[in-house]
Amino acid sequence: MRKPILFLSLLVTLSLVLAACGPTPAAPTEAPPPTEAPTKAPEKVTITWWHISTAEEHKALWQKLADEYMAAHPNVTIEITVLENEAFKAKMTTVMQSGEPPDIFQSWGGGVMNEYANAGMLKDITPDLDADGGAWRNTFAPGALGVYAYKGKNYGVPWDMGMIGWWYNKDLFAQAGIQEPPKTWTELLDDVKKLKDAGITPIAVGMGDKWPGMHMWAYLVTRIGGKDNFEGALLRTGSFTDPPFVEAGQKLQELLALEPFQDGFLGATYGDEATAMGNGKVAMELMGQWAPAVMNDNSADKQGIGDKLGWFPFPMVEGGKGDPNDAVGGGNGFAIGKNASPEAVDFVKYLSRPESQVQLAEIGVIIPVVKGGEAGLKDPLMITLQQSLAKAQYFQLYYDQALPPAMGSVINDSVQGLFAGTLTPEQLGQAIEDSAKTELQ
Amino acid sequence: METTLASSNDWRAQQQAHFRRRALDNLTIVLFLAPAFVLFLVFVIYPILQSVYYSLFNWKGFGPAVDFVGLNNYVGILSDQIFLKAVKNGLLIVALSLTLQLPLSLALALMVGRDLPGRTFFRTIFFMPYVFSEVITAIMWQSLYNPDPERGLINALLVLIPGVKAQAWLGDPNMVMACIFVVLTWKYFGLHMLLYMAGLQNIPAEIEEAARIDGADRRQLLTYITLPLLGGTIRTTVYLSAIGSLQQFILIWIMTKGGPVNASEVMATYMYRFGFVRFWLGYGCAVAIVMFLICLIFSLVFQRMARQPDYLGSI
Repeated sequence: MRKPILFLSLLVTLSLVLAACGPTPAAPTEAPPPTEAPTKAPEKVTITWWHISTAEEHKALWQKLADEYMAAHPNVTIEITVLENEAFKAKMTTVMQSGEPPDIFQSWGGGVMNEYANAGMLKDITPDLDADGGAWRNTFAPGALGVYAYKGKNYGVPWDMGMIGWWYNKDLFAQAGIQEPPKTWTELLDDVKKLKDAGITPIAVGMGDKWPGMHMWAYLVTRIGGKDNFEGALLRTGSFTDPPFVEAGQKLQELLALEPFQDGFLGATYGDEATAMGNGKVAMELMGQWAPAVMNDNSADKQGIGDKLGWFPFPMVEGGKGDPNDAVGGGNGFAIGKNASPEAVDFVKYLSRPESQVQLAEIGVIIPVVKGGEAGLKDPLMITLQQSLAKAQYFQLYYDQALPPAMGSVINDSVQGLFAGTLTPEQLGQAIEDSAKTELQ
Repeated sequence: METTLASSNDWRAQQQAHFRRRALDNLTIVLFLAPAFVLFLVFVIYPILQSVYYSLFNWKGFGPAVDFVGLNNYVGILSDQIFLKAVKNGLLIVALSLTLQLPLSLALALMVGRDLPGRTFFRTIFFMPYVFSEVITAIMWQSLYNPDPERGLINALLVLIPGVKAQAWLGDPNMVMACIFVVLTWKYFGLHMLLYMAGLQNIPAEIEEAARIDGADRRQLLTYITLPLLGGTIRTTVYLSAIGSLQQFILIWIMTKGGPVNASEVMATYMYRFGFVRFWLGYGCAVAIVMFLICLIFSLVFQRMARQPDYLGSI
């Protein structure tokens, strides 16, 4: 009696295996919708879109724009995947290695995008931008669009371009007796001391994520060395061990010596940083134009600190070669994956209309990059920031975006070491230079 | 299908039927094994060989690997202080697991496996952490460890004690490994407890009864009867715990990313950092191979030294 059972089970196993190997049964075909006109309905197209705008209002607006587009183009389905920033970065590395990028995805341009472009993972949209005498191209601010170009070809478009600066809590500054925001590095250090004396934590930083603190160092380098210094190091006529890079580390150490950060900052995330600011527990943070939105979203009542929030540009450093108006910043954009359909490109065009830009500016999540978009800018802080950006003669894209990913990672890791006191300013410069030797050839 | 030929006197036919049945049996075995074997080849052996290949290149993960660097990646790894720190941290987790986590699990198993009132209740409670996904565990503990007393439960309780200040926990390079070890213990002691309980149930009650009749007290019962008979289970848990500790990744990556400043770096986070953050896939592959070799050597040595008595005992 055992054999039949054995055979039976064998048969079952085999059939399961075979079934698994065979072609998947076709899904029940839908009856073609009755068309009144004899013309063939346009082919169905699915667009995959990954964005990282997790803040409620922003996410809803992207969804609304996608819905509008789908309503106007019934043959198009837009599949949106919303990812948190760090998760997005991790997921991108894997999809890029498998060679299946989404059609439209978040990009900051610069070194990472260039690497994708080099690997042939992106679609060249230069012809689309130049069509009709450059109708689409001419809507953009050229500097912002340039961040998404590599070797003369465009692989994406911006939808936001801003700069990093200090966001501060006016009430806490007043409590510490600070009349107006600092204009020089020395004044900033003085204000930090005043805040500490008043029992207020001066600065929130999410050093577990590394990049929030990295910008402090990058800004100091920019203020001390100016444009020529960084470009020299980038083009290999100079070095990352040149004096401005080392001095920036020393200036940062002056700040670190005052112990200005919230408790446990070395392990904190940017989310922790934004929560501390949004709940009004810390006086300031160095962050980009998205800070108010994230701050509000992370605060206990989702309202943030409202009109108590202020903004001032990174102070000048005495004796530095950099112009006080120079800006470190960057923006957000969408890169176009290599498999993107013409519909996907058309949808990106729809997203970058002035009307879309106005709506984004109205909810305070962007600094517009398309002419006419600034009409939506209502928030006085955002207007201040945009005007400050317009004054910048030299615009430095974030270091961890401007440079190849390996170097960005080395910079982030090393600056964390400086914050923790395990690396000296000289060792920090040397670590970056070592990496530059292999990455910048 | 009972062979009716057996009643026949034809010896040859009987023999043939026997062989046919043997062949059929073997075929059955081969057919049953084949799918698993093919999967094993495709998903385990092939990727390992591929990693070995890529580990000899300076490769960024895009396109074919062309920049052959020989064993340079391995030289780089073994001379990198951070990797050595990662190995040290891994060994620290192994040592702490073996000296603290396993004895705790054993003690609990002896209690809830035997005579503690409400033992089913405790058994469920103790096993619960193991059922949670590692991601949930990591995020939960990250919140518990939050340095801000208004957001982190542990600090909120701590500041209630007069004179005690809130601690940075995961943000403090000196404390981070201890904090992580607490989470690892919380997560995995239930599994080991369950294994010990299964082992305890296999010890015949007669032996213990006999010992008791001979006048053994509770301590003697434990050291001369229970522990020796639990030897096989203990060796299994030691092995699982050590290998698991060496390969620890998810909890640590989510809670600290190996930080602050590499203070909680382990081999797997080091591999991820180089492979998937810095895009040095070739180097990352080499790290994976080094990890694989360390675990393999440990397994072989352990099998040789500790596992042998099991086989002898079962004869």
